[in-house]
Amino acid sequence: MKGYITEHPILEFKRGKKVKFYFEDKEIEGYEGLPIAAALHAAGIRVLSISERYNRPRGFFCAVGKCSSCLMEVDGNSNVMVCMEPLRSGMRVRRQKGKGQKQ
Amino acid sequence: MNSSTKNQDPRSQKNIQNFSSSKFPNFDICIIGGGPAGLEAGIVAKELDANVIIIDDNPVLGGQLIKQTHKFFGSKAHYCGVRGIDIAKILTDMVDELKIDVLNNATVVGYYDDDTLGVLKEDKLFPIKAKIYIFAAGASENMLVFENSDLPGVYGAGAVQTMMNVYGVVPGKRALVIGSGNIGLIVPYQLLQAGVEVAAIIEILDKIGGYYVHAAKIKRAGVPIYLRHTIIQAKGKDCVEAAVITQVGDKFENLKGTEKTIECDMILIAIGLSPLCELLYQAGCRIDYVPELGGNVPYHNENMMTSKSHIFVCGDLACIEEASTAMLEGKIAGAKAYETLYKENKKSNEIIVQANKELSNIRSSPFEQRILSGKEKMR
Repeated sequence: MKGYITEHPILEFKRGKKVKFYFEDKEIEGYEGLPIAAALHAAGIRVLSISERYNRPRGFFCAVGKCSSCLMEVDGNSNVMVCMEPLRSGMRVRRQKGKGQKQ
Repeated sequence: MNSSTKNQDPRSQKNIQNFSSSKFPNFDICIIGGGPAGLEAGIVAKELDANVIIIDDNPVLGGQLIKQTHKFFGSKAHYCGVRGIDIAKILTDMVDELKIDVLNNATVVGYYDDDTLGVLKEDKLFPIKAKIYIFAAGASENMLVFENSDLPGVYGAGAVQTMMNVYGVVPGKRALVIGSGNIGLIVPYQLLQAGVEVAAIIEILDKIGGYYVHAAKIKRAGVPIYLRHTIIQAKGKDCVEAAVITQVGDKFENLKGTEKTIECDMILIAIGLSPLCELLYQAGCRIDYVPELGGNVPYHNENMMTSKSHIFVCGDLACIEEASTAMLEGKIAGAKAYETLYKENKKSNEIIVQANKELSNIRSSPFEQRILSGKEKMR
């Protein structure tokens, strides 16, 4: 699959099975179990949310679940930390606007 | 679907009730953080025969070792020549062998008045109580403020290292690295290994911050290191498309007319780390500001004991250093925690003496003078 390192002098990547999920209703493929953020970036999607006050694009910063810069809407839930949340088949992922929708 | 996304708020009233009624076993020693420091602390304490649990927020143990493909050096006794990823495996295997209780994918979200931890795993919040806590929560990467520094593409250098070496995804094609400490030297080298271009490394000081070996490697690969340079702006509409750097003067002021635009789609911030002290603030531990150790750090004595006799710290949480020293501090914390609970014995004493010996070996290097003076300041 495009966007993933295939040849590496030191590392060998063991990946889960290919699954389909949705970003802004568009179908994309990713590997099950990898964080959602990894699947999005492999697909070239780097803007994960829109800031609350000035509508500025936001991406991840720490990738290890510490900074909360990567919060997105997943299956209707706001504030899902996509650098940690594993990808599952059929997930519906959306850019979060500000603090996200009320539930 | 992961259950953590099922409920709106895992800290809802229903779950809080679970918290108070749940009967979770009591432990001798609870270790928060399963990186090099926490794992060594757990292994030592378990080998001394304490009842240990390790809590970690990742699916696998090893902390940041799991992305470190470079070989360790510096300490003869401690995994010299072994890659970080392999050290993670060695330590994790030992944890398995010793049958240490491990709670993965679990975040400690609070330290309560009755010395209980609130632990969040999936959508459940429950308490864990131990007689002694060893905090080995590590550190988080520092951010740098410049124009458009909030654009996607401005990433922590360690973050890109995680994406690349753990998940096999590189979030860009051409990188500019800010900071020439060890992370700022190692990550660009690993980017090259993954087939990504590195435009340059810039460093605000007049000398390279990290080890010469790492600097030489990246220079040999043809990556320029600009000293006395800083970044003033990221350019781009939705994501980083370029960066503007400038030379700085003696007082770190920007020198007009020296600005240069560098094309890149990633700006990697490698300017240091800050200890994750939040839980120790909650626990009422004394926190000192010691810039040499990374900013606000929990006070600790040479036994890694904080201002509270039942709370220990080790690793990057105690001072921003490196994995080899984190492991040694972890050993000391684990053994001292055991001695605090039970009694000093020959074995625990030997572990501490040996670890201290190796620590002072490593810290005798000129690179480590800063750490020593920071630790001295705190005492």
